[in-house]
Amino acid sequence: MALIFDIKRFAINDGPGIRTTFFMKGCPLRCVWCHNPEGIPEKPVKLYTQKKCIGCQSCVDICPEHNLVLTPDGIKEIGTCLLDSLPLGSKGGSCGKCTDECPTLALQMAGKEWEMPKLMEIVEKERKVMEDSGGGVTVCGGEPLMHPDYLVEILTELKSRNIHRTVDTTLFASAKTVEKVMPLADLFLVDLKHMDSEKHKRYTGVPNEQILSNIRLISEAGARFWIRIPLIVGVNADDDNLQASADFIASLPTPPEVVNLLVYHDIGKGKHARMGTEYNPEELEMEAPSEELQQHAIELFKAKGLNVKIGG
Amino acid sequence: MSEAKKAAFRAPNQKMNYALQYPQNDGGMNDRIKRLHEQSITTPTTLTIERALIETAFYKENYGKMPNCILRARNFYEICKKKTIYIGKDELIVGERGPLPKAVPTFPELTCHTVEDLHTLNDREMQPYYISQEDIDTYEREVIPYWEGRTQRERIFSHVSKEWEEAYHAGVFTEFMEQRAGGHTSMDGKMYQRGLLDVKKLIAEALEKLDFINDPEATDKQQELQAMDISCDAAILFAERHAELAEKMAAEETDPQRKAELEKIAEVCHWVPAHAPRDMQEAIQTYWFTHLGTVTELNGWDCMNPGHIDQHLYPFYKKGIEEGSMTREKAKELISCFWIKFNNQPAPPKVGVTALESGTYNDFTNINIGGIDKYGNDAVNEISYIILEVQEELHELQPGLSIHVSKVTPDEFVMAGARVIRQGHGYPSCFNPDTYTKELVRQGKSQEDANEGGCSGCIEVGAFGKEAYILTGYLNTPKILEITLNNGLDPVSGKKLGLETGDPRTFTSYEELYAAYHKQMKYFVNMKLAVNNYIERMFSLYAPATFLSLFIDDCISKGKDYYSGGARYNTTYIQCTGLGTTTDCLSTLKKHVFEDKKYTMDEILKAVSENFEGNEKMRQYIINRTPFFGNDDEYADTIAVKVYDDLVDAIEGHPNTRGGTTQLNMLSTTCHNYFGSVCGASCNGRLAKFAISDGTSPAHGADTNGPTSVIKSLGKLDQTKSGGTLLNVRFVPSLLKREEDLKKLVSLIRTYFSLGGHHIQFNIVDTQTLLDAQNMPEEYKDLLVRVAGYSDYFNDMTEQLQNEIIARTENEEF
Repeated sequence: MALIFDIKRFAINDGPGIRTTFFMKGCPLRCVWCHNPEGIPEKPVKLYTQKKCIGCQSCVDICPEHNLVLTPDGIKEIGTCLLDSLPLGSKGGSCGKCTDECPTLALQMAGKEWEMPKLMEIVEKERKVMEDSGGGVTVCGGEPLMHPDYLVEILTELKSRNIHRTVDTTLFASAKTVEKVMPLADLFLVDLKHMDSEKHKRYTGVPNEQILSNIRLISEAGARFWIRIPLIVGVNADDDNLQASADFIASLPTPPEVVNLLVYHDIGKGKHARMGTEYNPEELEMEAPSEELQQHAIELFKAKGLNVKIGG
Repeated sequence: MSEAKKAAFRAPNQKMNYALQYPQNDGGMNDRIKRLHEQSITTPTTLTIERALIETAFYKENYGKMPNCILRARNFYEICKKKTIYIGKDELIVGERGPLPKAVPTFPELTCHTVEDLHTLNDREMQPYYISQEDIDTYEREVIPYWEGRTQRERIFSHVSKEWEEAYHAGVFTEFMEQRAGGHTSMDGKMYQRGLLDVKKLIAEALEKLDFINDPEATDKQQELQAMDISCDAAILFAERHAELAEKMAAEETDPQRKAELEKIAEVCHWVPAHAPRDMQEAIQTYWFTHLGTVTELNGWDCMNPGHIDQHLYPFYKKGIEEGSMTREKAKELISCFWIKFNNQPAPPKVGVTALESGTYNDFTNINIGGIDKYGNDAVNEISYIILEVQEELHELQPGLSIHVSKVTPDEFVMAGARVIRQGHGYPSCFNPDTYTKELVRQGKSQEDANEGGCSGCIEVGAFGKEAYILTGYLNTPKILEITLNNGLDPVSGKKLGLETGDPRTFTSYEELYAAYHKQMKYFVNMKLAVNNYIERMFSLYAPATFLSLFIDDCISKGKDYYSGGARYNTTYIQCTGLGTTTDCLSTLKKHVFEDKKYTMDEILKAVSENFEGNEKMRQYIINRTPFFGNDDEYADTIAVKVYDDLVDAIEGHPNTRGGTTQLNMLSTTCHNYFGSVCGASCNGRLAKFAISDGTSPAHGADTNGPTSVIKSLGKLDQTKSGGTLLNVRFVPSLLKREEDLKKLVSLIRTYFSLGGHHIQFNIVDTQTLLDAQNMPEEYKDLLVRVAGYSDYFNDMTEQLQNEIIARTENEEF
C-alpha cells in the first residue's frame, strides 16, 4: 500500500467537474518547480510551519528519540528521526508522535496509510457534488503509477461505485504499468514538461523517451486524455520547445481533448521551507509567463488544430 | 533575451478585470445614468427635521381627538401635503422620502433623538448624518419636548421586566422594535392591476358591508377603513404635487428633450397611483410612490421591497416592445433610474449608544429575480437579465439583488447571475424557491401564495403582498451557553441572568450538559416571546400602518390593520445566531471532557474564564483537534442538528397577538459582531469579544474541508423548519476566472439547493485586496463586500468587521 499525503475536496482544477483528489506519495521525477515536494519521497515527511508554532514543546517532550529541540528559530532536529532511520512499515518506521501531539498543526505528517473503506467514505460524502457537477475522483501524486497495484485497487473500487476516475500522471512508467491502469481510468491528465530529453533530464531528473512513448501508447489505444504543460519562462516556454510540443501532440493518432497550459507559480517555495529543504537550489531561472506570452503560446497550439486553454 | 523583452514576458500583477459579458449589452450606463449615479454616491447623507416638525405640530393639535388609526392616516396625509417635493435634473422616476436625495427623516413617534444623539450623528467619523446647528436647536425646541414619554421606545422600556432588561443589555437578545416599527414586507402584483381610486372603491364596499349589529368589531373596522381611505387620498395628493412641480418645471425648461421628459413625468404622476399603470414608466413610478408612502408613514424595520419586480414589469415591457413604444435601452434606463432611487434612501439612524457605534446602515431592499411564478413555473424573463446588467453597472449599496434558483430555472440565467457574482460586489445572493416555498407552506400558506413569496431583505422569506412577517430580534445562543456554563451567571456583566441549571463541573455526562443548556435556552426564548406580544399590541394601538395595509391582502376585506392581524398571514420571527459557535463549543466539551477526558470541565472553564491566557496550547489543541460544524463530519453535524431542532421546537407555534404564530429563522446580519463583543471567550477556542458565527455559516476558520463539505453539513439541517438560513462562502476571484469555473460554482449552488439549502452567497475577494483596502482605504472606495444578508462598503466597516472578513475561510486552490 502506498501512502496518501493529502486529500482535497472541491478540487476544481484536476479534471472535469468538481472532484476529490487523492495525492499519492512517491515520485521518480525531481522537477525543479515541483509544488508538492512533500509528495516526492515514498516515506512520510514531517512538515514544519514555524509561524504556527507557539513553542509549547509538546513535540520535544514526546519524541522517543529525543531528536527535537526548541531554538530561537523554532523546532530543530538534533539527532535522527525514526521516520528517516527505519524502513517504511517497520516498527516505529511511521512514528509521527510529534505530529500527533502538536496542538497547532505546526508539525504535520505528510503521508499516511488509508484503509479503502475510509477513502471510500470520503468519496461517498462527495458523491452528490461529483454527480451534479460531472466530477469524480482524481488520483495524482507524487506519481500514482509508481504504485500500480494500489492505484489499480483504488480505481477498481471507484469503478464498482460508478465514480468517474482521472489519473494525473507523468506517464514515467513501464508500458506494462500503463496498460494495466488504462482500462480503469476514464481520463488521464498527462504532464508534458519538455520535448528535449536532455533538458527534460536537467529539469526533472529523468529523460523523456518513456513518457513520449507512453503518451503515444494511450493515444493509440484511444484512451481519453488531456495534456498539461507547465509554462515556465526560462525552462520550456521558448518558441522551439512550444513548437516541438505542439508538433508532437498534433502528430498523435488521437489528439488529447485539451492541452492545458499551466502558468508557473513558485508555491513550492513555501512547501520546501516547511520540509526544511531548499527550493531550486541551483537558482535556475524560472518565471511566470506574461499575458502576451500565454496568448502567443495559445496561438501556437491552435495553429496545430489543438484545443488549448490556460489553466487546468 | 533582452531586459526589456524579459520584463514584457513577466506576468503583470494586475487586478482582475472582467468585461461585461452580455451579448445584448449596449455598453453600460448612458450619460443621464452616469450623472444620477454620481450624484447618488457622492451626495452626503443628511438628517431632515421636516417630517418631525410636520408630525409634531399635527400631534400637538390633534392627539386624543380622534381614534389612533385616523390620527396616523391624517398625520400621513399632512406629511404628503406639506413635505418638500423634489424632482432632480435628469430624473425620470421621481420622489424622495426627504426634501432632497439622501436626506433622511426622523420618526420621533417611535424613538426621539436627543440633542446629544444629533451631535453624535453629525460628528461621528464613520458615515455621519449631517445636520445643522440651527436644525438641532429647532429640534430641541419644537420636537423633543413634545415626545417625552410618548414614544414607542419609552412604551417598551417602561413595560419590560428587570430580567428582560438585564438580559437585553447583556446581549442575550436584541429588540428590533425599540427604535423602529415592525417591518419586512414585500409587494405582490396588485398595484399594477388597480389604482388607489379602485382601492377606495374596495374600501367603500367593505364599509358598506359592515354589520354594526352582529359584528362587535364593526366600529373598529369602520375607523380603520376610514383611515385607509384617507391614506389613499394622501398618496394621490403626494403624486399630484409631483405632477404640478413637473408641469411648472416643464414650463420653464428650455431644452426641448427635458421639457418633454418633464411633461411625461407630469402625465405619469397625474395618472398613478390613482389609476392602474399603463406603461413601464408608470408601473415603476407606481411602485416608487408606494415605497415612499410606506417608508414615510413609518420607519419599518428594515426593508420595503417590490417583490418579483421582473415578473411585475415584464408585461409592460412586452406590451411596449410590441407597440413600438419601448426599447431594451429605454427599459434599462428606466430601471437604472429606479435603482438609483433606492440608493438615495439611507436608513434613519439609531439613537443612544448605537448612534455612536453603528456604521453604515441601510434599508435592505433585496430585489428578487428569476425563480418561479405563482404556478411554480420558470419565471425568468428579459427584465431579469436587464436587472442583472443594471446591478452590475451601478453596483450601489442599494438595492441588493438575489437570483432565485429553482430546479426549473435555466442554467443560462444562473450563469448570468454567476458572472455578476464574480465581479465581487457582493451580489447577487442565491435563494432556493424549492425550499422556501416548502417553508412557507409548512407555516400554513397556500401553495400559490407560497409560490409568489420570496425574500424581502436579508434571508427571511414571506408571502409577498399577503403577509406581515415581523422580525423581532436576534437570539445569542453562544451567550446562552456561556450563561449555562456559569450556572445562570453572566460572567461578563457579573449579573445573574439565567436559571441555575447546575455547576457544569458536577455534570457526569454530555447529555446532562445539553439538558442544562436546553433549559436555559427555553427560559430566554420565553422571556423574549412574552415581550414580543406586548410590543405587537403597542403597534396595533399606537402606530397602525394604514397606508401599508392598502397593499397587503386581506387588510381591506378584514377591515384590520397590518399590525392588527389584517394580513392573510401573520408571523413573528426570532432570529437565532451562532449555530456554528454553539455547536463547536458543545462538540469541544463532549469530545475532550466527556469522551476523551483530555481535559476536565474545570480546566476548560478556567481557561475560558481567563480568555485562554497562558493556555494557548489548550486553545490550539481544541481548535485543531475537535470536530467542528461545516466539515461534513457526523460528530459535529449531529450536534448542530439537535441545537437547531431544539431552537425550532422552543420558538415555533406560539400564538402571537395577530392571529398567527411565532417562527424561527437563522440570520445575524452584522449582529454576530455585537453578540461576540458581549461574550467572553468560548470553549471552541474563540477569544473574548471576537465575533460569533454568522447565520448558519460555520464559525470562522472552523471549516477546513472546503465548500462542498460546508454545504453537506448545512444540508443536514431541515431548513424547511425555518423561515430562512444564511450561508456565507468566500471565494477568491482566481477561482472564478473562466466560464467553466463559473459552471462549477453554479453546480455547487444547485447541489446545495438540492440538499435543501435555503440561501447561499459568495464574497469574491482576495486577501491581498482586502489588506490593501485596509491600508489604503482611499484607493478602494468602491470595494463592496457581502457581510451577511447584504453588501456594504468595506471602507465603512469597523476594523473588527474588516478583520473578520479577512479571516473568513478562503477557498484557496492551486
